[in-house]
Amino acid sequence: MAQHDDGVATPDGVTAPDANDTAAGSAIAKVEAREVSPGLGVTRPDTLVNPGFPPHRARLTDTDPRKEKRAERQVSILFFLSIIGSVLAVAAYIAFPIEPGNMTSVRMNTLMLGLGITLGLLGIGIGAVHWAKALMSDVEIVESRHGTRGSDATRAKALEVFALGNKESGFGRRSLIRNSLIGALVLTPIPAVVLFRDLAPAEDPVPLLKHTMWEKGTRLTRDPSGTPIRASDITIGSAFHVIPDGLNDSEHKLEEKAKAAVLVMRLDPADLVERPERAEWSYDGIVAYSKICTHVGCPVALYEQQTHHLLCPCHQSQFDVANHAEVIFGPAKRALPQLPIAVDSEGYLIAQSDFLEPVGPSFWEREL
Amino acid sequence: MTSTDTHAGTTTGATGNAAPSAVVPTRGARFTGAAANYIDERTSISGLVKEVGRKIFPDHWSFMLGEVALYSFVVILLSGTFLTFFFEASMVPVEYDGSYVPLKGIEMSAAMASSLDISFDIRGGLLMRQVHHWAALLFVASIGLHMLRVFFTGAYRKPREINWLIGFVLFILAMAEGFTGYSLPDDLLSGNGLRIIDGMVKGIPVAGTWVSYLLFGGEFPGTEIISRLYVLHILILPAILVAALGVHLLLLIINKHTQFAGPGKTNDNVVGAPIMPVFAAKAGGFFFIVFGVIVLIAATVTINPIWNYGPYDPSPVSAGTQPDWYIGFADGALRLVPPGLEFVIFGFTVSMNILIPLVGLGLFIAVVAFYPFIEAWMTGDKREHHIADRPRNAPTRTAIGAAGVTFYAVLWAAASSDLIATHFYVSIESVIHTLQALLFIAPVVAYQVTKRVCLALQKKDREIALHGFESGRIVRLPGGEYIEVHEQLDDYERWKLVSYNEYKPLMIRPDANGKISVLQRVRGGLSTWFFEDRISPVTSTDIERSHDSSH
Amino acid sequence: MAKSTSSTQKRRSGRRSPLASIALIVVGLLSTGGAYALFTTAATAETTVAHEQLTEEGSKLFAANCATCHGLDLAGTEAGPSLIGVGEASVEFQVATGRMPMAQSGPQAEEKPVQFTEEQIEALYTYVGAQAPGPGIPDEEYLAADGDAALGAELFRINCAMCHNVAGAGGALTEGKFAPSLTGVSAQHIYEAMVTGPQNMPVFNDENISPEDKANIITYLTYLDENPSPGGLSLGNLGPVSEGLFIWIFGLGAIVAITVWLTAKSN
Repeated sequence: MAQHDDGVATPDGVTAPDANDTAAGSAIAKVEAREVSPGLGVTRPDTLVNPGFPPHRARLTDTDPRKEKRAERQVSILFFLSIIGSVLAVAAYIAFPIEPGNMTSVRMNTLMLGLGITLGLLGIGIGAVHWAKALMSDVEIVESRHGTRGSDATRAKALEVFALGNKESGFGRRSLIRNSLIGALVLTPIPAVVLFRDLAPAEDPVPLLKHTMWEKGTRLTRDPSGTPIRASDITIGSAFHVIPDGLNDSEHKLEEKAKAAVLVMRLDPADLVERPERAEWSYDGIVAYSKICTHVGCPVALYEQQTHHLLCPCHQSQFDVANHAEVIFGPAKRALPQLPIAVDSEGYLIAQSDFLEPVGPSFWEREL
Repeated sequence: MTSTDTHAGTTTGATGNAAPSAVVPTRGARFTGAAANYIDERTSISGLVKEVGRKIFPDHWSFMLGEVALYSFVVILLSGTFLTFFFEASMVPVEYDGSYVPLKGIEMSAAMASSLDISFDIRGGLLMRQVHHWAALLFVASIGLHMLRVFFTGAYRKPREINWLIGFVLFILAMAEGFTGYSLPDDLLSGNGLRIIDGMVKGIPVAGTWVSYLLFGGEFPGTEIISRLYVLHILILPAILVAALGVHLLLLIINKHTQFAGPGKTNDNVVGAPIMPVFAAKAGGFFFIVFGVIVLIAATVTINPIWNYGPYDPSPVSAGTQPDWYIGFADGALRLVPPGLEFVIFGFTVSMNILIPLVGLGLFIAVVAFYPFIEAWMTGDKREHHIADRPRNAPTRTAIGAAGVTFYAVLWAAASSDLIATHFYVSIESVIHTLQALLFIAPVVAYQVTKRVCLALQKKDREIALHGFESGRIVRLPGGEYIEVHEQLDDYERWKLVSYNEYKPLMIRPDANGKISVLQRVRGGLSTWFFEDRISPVTSTDIERSHDSSH
Repeated sequence: MAKSTSSTQKRRSGRRSPLASIALIVVGLLSTGGAYALFTTAATAETTVAHEQLTEEGSKLFAANCATCHGLDLAGTEAGPSLIGVGEASVEFQVATGRMPMAQSGPQAEEKPVQFTEEQIEALYTYVGAQAPGPGIPDEEYLAADGDAALGAELFRINCAMCHNVAGAGGALTEGKFAPSLTGVSAQHIYEAMVTGPQNMPVFNDENISPEDKANIITYLTYLDENPSPGGLSLGNLGPVSEGLFIWIFGLGAIVAITVWLTAKSN
């Protein structure tokens, strides 16, 4: 038996694996003695020497068999708890059904099922970790690292592969083929770009963004019921959330609402500052402004009846309703567009026209 | 000589002999053996087990954070699959007829109605929804913490720069997954989130209007966006995420994990527990623990109560409309823009109030992504680094990180400016003005403070390494002088304090033509900024000198 | 077949039939209505006297506690708005929630311990209400929280949620003002707030939101109060911000603590 190894088991052969397994501090495995630039790194000859591994400290479970037995029991108890948890989860699924409309039953179902599953999972998890920490070997093991780059020989082989590929295909030599291939590859994705055009309808979006459902004579109606509003319904300090008449029957209800939502407020006419050209846009202190923020489009609906400020809850832009809904704070730049209103023969509020500018967030072609 | 030979010979001989004769395999062992053989003959898996089975993972709590991300992702996949069985990604309007009374009879999209049905009419459905959403929040949070750990320990240095970049991509993908998922129930809160996205997209010069139009399949909100986001959420994004995750883990195995400096640990070894069995047991157990903690949270704490929010409608909005935490920094940036930053040029509208946050945040995350390459170029260090830095030993990097974290935190706080105002009884305007100032001041302060603290800690380390620590024992010398006895560290303790890299600023020298290139100047400037203030590690000469002086 | 029908019948009889509840309501209405009719005819003369007494007492209380800011003639001063035409509802709301009298001037009057007894409050609002017509104390029938919660919730989202938050948790307004939380606020005060628009809250008169719809909104808010969140702890209903803080502090906090235990060497 001993003889057949004679040729292999040189003293070198014995010491090498030893060094790899234990004496890690010194195991600066010079796999490749390549000189790598440290750049601005400072290397000193008198750097302290790594003292090597400190002596191993045994755990209680290593030295005390009773502790070991106890840890063993604890691990299995944890695993048993997990089993109980999984069974409890199934029991909870049956024992805590959801009764339609009863939110307490939903809460109990969620809670009990969840607690069962939690126990099932944590039992396994904590048990496994406890097992690993207390009972499995805790002797640290050393593995040596090797430079990440391939060895010179490997690299040479790889280069050779490329060179052969190049030679056999003529990729480098036949420049016409190569360049036309590159050109072809660059252009192939173009159909894909075109393909995505039909993500949206054929129409140009810009005109769509510039118009809303409001037109001359459209009645202002309550959101969401769609019932028309008389001017006399709106008392000072009131705020009505308004949609155009017919919106609820519209084919594109949400798209239209996203542009046409309006907030109507009545101020004391004495508080209202109005430019001469807009003097006809309000009715006896009743003003109508677009509810869609000119910043990024949240509904600006927080109306303060004393200060006449409108606040956007998303990014805190503030608009002064008493002064053409100009921006007084926050990231928005433009005033909220005003909807010119009037009263029809029956006393209902109507729009004089559409908004005279696009509502909502700014876009590139807005002013065109 | 001969004795060594025989010794080696007998050992191998003994083990070779003992295996077949001494152990009689049980039925179970025979079955396992046969199964292993069956698989190996078809997959040559034994090679993989041999290569990987005893790979070493160093133990440190901060090395587990990436695992938290991985495990929460697995939880997300499992719970998400459950949800897909019941979720209907459609914006077709339906009348809700489920069991939640305050929404009965209300018109909403099929997506919202099916999300409500999952919550209230399917046993365990609400639990799974909450597991999915809490796991998603934990996923992104643990990625964030993992990235901070990697950053502050310099674990992104060669050869791990590419893996940092892949991890960064994973972070972006995680946020994209989060945002698309957050939008799917088509509730009021997420609908307003989409409204904000639409507004931001429209603010992009030239293409914005069209991009929004194509994205939403027409005018906002359209009837397409939910099903499109759904495809992104459950198909493309997870596919890319899993692929990137695979590469991330593969590179981790190829590069092996970094380790903290310590006695016996060198740049050329890795010290710790082997995969089989200790690491596998710990990591496997940890998966169950993370899963269990997520389920525990989901069982007891509400997340995203869409039944309160109601279906999306462009008219209503809720006070306190915020995105999930990981999008908060972007929302905060939008809130902090000062008024009036929009202008018209040649008839085209340029929304600087949207562009500044977009470009600013773009630059910020670009710096995060490419930081390892910038640092590597500046130091010119081509060595591999497998010893993780203690943050104090790279003061400027740590200070930059602290400044970045502060910048992010201010933006994050800005996203909850209204809640800060109501909960601390201050006005919302003063909160915003304060945060606007802090956005620029706080990172500078954080940078300076952190750098000084790091240098001070390094000084203290050096002091302790040289002179030991104060033992608290006062001794009166024969001459009447009182001194406190210093106790020397042992070699193991000292090694932790002294083993780190030192860098010097670049000396700019003219090239062959007698010129100094701009790049050289930049590099010189950067390196001076980084390394001008530094504390050198203690050397053996220092120790000798200190012993001489103390005698 | 027969067996199954009998079992469904049995189940139905186990619960209360809808007809039974209607009958109950009818009986209840008849009896209370009758008693009310009896009582009112007998007591008309008495109430007029009581009303005058109340007005008298209210006038004294007003002069002592409110007139400094609102003026003896209710027309208001620099320090406080006119109370002419604000109605009983407004006074009841402001005083019975402790908002009035204000402790100090600030961005807005805040809820605090009530300063007056119920009788004094009644006297005060009767006095102010007697000076000029305005919204009166709401009818009990709208406060019973027995309306349509779904309709109420929709109206709440459109008209109220932007300030008070979808779950009524409250929210920020400009310049330090805020919309208060609606949790636990009485039905009467919610009704009165809608109809009078206290401080910066807009007025929601009966033409905007009809009394029935106000009752629906109250029904929804009562539903929220009475039904704890089905998902567990609600984290103050503050949305993603509190969820984010929770996952960072408690979720990730717990997990980091576990990683420390997991990687620490066993004893």
